[in-house]
Amino acid sequence: MSGSSMQPKIVAQNVVKTYKSKDGDILALDNFSLEIAEGEFVCIVGPSGCGKSTFLRILAGLMPLTSGTIEIRRDAQAQKPLNSMVFQEYAIYPWKTVRNNVAFGLEMRGVSKKKRYAIVDDWLKRVGLQKFADYYPHQLSGGMKQRVSIARALANDPEVLLMDEPLGALDAQMRTVLQGELLKLWEIDRKTVVYITHSIDEAILLGDRVIVMTAHPGKKKVEFTIEIPRPRMIETMATPEFAQHKGIIWEALKDEVSRVYGEQL
Amino acid sequence: MRTIYRLIPNKTLREILLTVILAGILNAVAIGGHFWLDHWELLALTNLILLVVLAERVGELVPIRFKTLYDRILAFGFPALLLLGWEVLANTEVINPRWFPAPSSILDALWDLTVNYDRFNKSSLLGRPWLIPQEWDANGMAGVKLLMKESHVYATLSRVFLGFIFGSGPGIVIGMAMGMNATVRNMLDMTLSALYVLPKIAIFPIMMLLFPDPFGEGPKIAVVAISAFFLVTISTMTGVQQIDPVLIHAGKNYGANRWQMFRHVIIPGALPMIFSGLRLALGTGLIVIVAIEFVRAKIGVGHVILYYWEILSTAKMYAGLFVTMILGVLLTYGLQLIERWMIPWQRK
Repeated sequence: MSGSSMQPKIVAQNVVKTYKSKDGDILALDNFSLEIAEGEFVCIVGPSGCGKSTFLRILAGLMPLTSGTIEIRRDAQAQKPLNSMVFQEYAIYPWKTVRNNVAFGLEMRGVSKKKRYAIVDDWLKRVGLQKFADYYPHQLSGGMKQRVSIARALANDPEVLLMDEPLGALDAQMRTVLQGELLKLWEIDRKTVVYITHSIDEAILLGDRVIVMTAHPGKKKVEFTIEIPRPRMIETMATPEFAQHKGIIWEALKDEVSRVYGEQL
Repeated sequence: MRTIYRLIPNKTLREILLTVILAGILNAVAIGGHFWLDHWELLALTNLILLVVLAERVGELVPIRFKTLYDRILAFGFPALLLLGWEVLANTEVINPRWFPAPSSILDALWDLTVNYDRFNKSSLLGRPWLIPQEWDANGMAGVKLLMKESHVYATLSRVFLGFIFGSGPGIVIGMAMGMNATVRNMLDMTLSALYVLPKIAIFPIMMLLFPDPFGEGPKIAVVAISAFFLVTISTMTGVQQIDPVLIHAGKNYGANRWQMFRHVIIPGALPMIFSGLRLALGTGLIVIVAIEFVRAKIGVGHVILYYWEILSTAKMYAGLFVTMILGVLLTYGLQLIERWMIPWQRK
């Protein structure tokens, strides 16, 4: 495991999540354990409804866990926010300009206007949105909206970056463009990232490690370390070792996917 | 067998010519043959349909940069056409001008009401604002107030405004509480729905009982306030509820505290719906106050309408209706300006 020699940043042990419903409790996550090292990029793939987004939301503190423990370790005097999330639905505010959307986390933490705009303008430049700083989201395309959402998370400079299928709503070409940009952005400061995705390609391209989850209820099925050297780029996807990884991971994932299809049919 | 589907350029110009010719022949025959009086509604309907066809086809030919202008011409041109038709019908006495006076005589009546002081009712339509400097010099503020007191429009507008403010303020607060808290919502929702459907004029007697001066301004303003309250409460609640939950999750994740969540997420998220509630409330306020002024008021636009009906001065009655419409349009337009200023992110 690439991160085993480093300090663990996130330790999740036997995480169980049940939802209450009229037909009784529904088990979403079943004894899910995961250790993530400082500076590691971990991708979680699994069939729809396997509880991978649930895990991320618990990690983000948006949802309580039913049992188990999650620890996120950090320095006692750390000033940074613990985590920032990028949502699949962008979740940027229609009533705020691009600049104020990206500044949102900083503003909530009481960073002065001058300081936060300096940080924000820097990030807008990096995601290529400096010209659109004063636009409202309804004037932007899907790809630009998701850039705003990503810039908002990065400008907040969190200890851990949480990404919940961030490129899932984009068309294939825009997804490829943003995958390339994400690789570059991540190289800047190599944050700890937990990345949820449907796409095996995306997981291999971005991740140091790929966790495959079982279909409902979500458990860790198997994990793979991606040995492809960095810096990676879109062209990496055309290499034989990439194809090899893809074959192995799909072998593990396909049973889970067909289980979900079987239940639906 | 082969079929050929041929795509041909559109024939808009030819269709326009055909429509015009058709309309010309139809009207010439109908009027020339003197049988249009018996079937005037048929003739009007046919002309209306031909007019719509014509306007639609002409619209296709209008260059895009003049499209807004053309739409505006349609919006103002059509009512102007109706008024013109009314004018002709009244002047030719096809309709009885005693009950349906021509728009031109309604305009005369409006002028009459505006410039003249009605000694019997001790009132004028606008309060003769051109006398303000003179009164100010003679009696100061008291004189100006006296002029305002004689104004029907001022009486109606101040009732609408005060009622609107006293009603929509609490409406926004309660609507917010209901939108954010399920317990509050469960406790109030059914009661509000039940009270909402009561015709507001029907609770006017109760309002008269509640105020020390049952014939004063209090009960009238209260009824407007109550109608505004329900509309604003319901739309504010809906506005808060329809905020995408993911925006609230994002707020929490980025560390917004309760006040910040309110200020940055809930209020702006609900604002468009709040404004549609306010718009309804303002219009309804005007409707309600005119009805109340019918029942019990010595001054106000509603009183103008009723009074001149009772003395069979129909042109002035219509003038009162006309003033009500103008007020409605101006109030809605004013609120729209405020809305555009407060919700800049919706501007297209």
